[in-house]
Amino acid sequence: MSDEKKLAIIATKGSLDWAYPPFILASTAAALGYDTEIFFTFYGLQLLKKNLDLEVTPLGNPGMPMPMGMDKWFPVLGLALPGMQGMMTGMMKKKMASKGVADLAELRELCQEAEVKLIACQMTVDLFEMNTSEFIDGIEYAGAARFFEFAGQSDICLYI
Amino acid sequence: MADFDQELDASGLNCPLPILRAKKTLNGMESGKVLHIIATDPGSVKDFEAFANQTGNELMESKEVGGKFEFLIKKA
Repeated sequence: MSDEKKLAIIATKGSLDWAYPPFILASTAAALGYDTEIFFTFYGLQLLKKNLDLEVTPLGNPGMPMPMGMDKWFPVLGLALPGMQGMMTGMMKKKMASKGVADLAELRELCQEAEVKLIACQMTVDLFEMNTSEFIDGIEYAGAARFFEFAGQSDICLYI
Repeated sequence: MADFDQELDASGLNCPLPILRAKKTLNGMESGKVLHIIATDPGSVKDFEAFANQTGNELMESKEVGGKFEFLIKKA
């Protein structure tokens, strides 16, 4: 249907927390009948790996709620302690599971099932010498012009 | 609550899963059939309204029963 609304997203971030918005919005848009594409560039490419090994970091993020008043005990330097990132990631994952927030891989699968097009930035793959065998199947490799082909006709265009 | 043809229990699931599961279930149903959805996500009240408005499926009923949210959606 050519009268379908279109959503174009650029996903640039590769942390556990920032992996959610592109996949939540894309899967929901698809459920609402939007024709949807996500262009993954730079650190966003991490979201296309078969093995999603993403972490969150409290560093440089004063808005991140810390459990048990930890922000009072640990000044900024404390957040840089070895193991802190792994610990925060574990806590975040546990929290998400307990609140019924979708697992990231599941959300990504739902996107693919709903025919959301996932496009990996070829330049980033070359730049970081990424191994495409580590990426999931069913994605396209292309450049900026390919993004604009779709984004130029989109009703909503988001940079995340 | 009126009669329904199929039921989806989305209790415990958070945004956007209730909508995604509902959409998937509706995909497998015939036009005119009614889906009964149970959810615990308070955001789902506005979300199912918005879902119905944008997809043309009719939200026949939306109510809170004992801390849970129940919806009847008729497939367009």
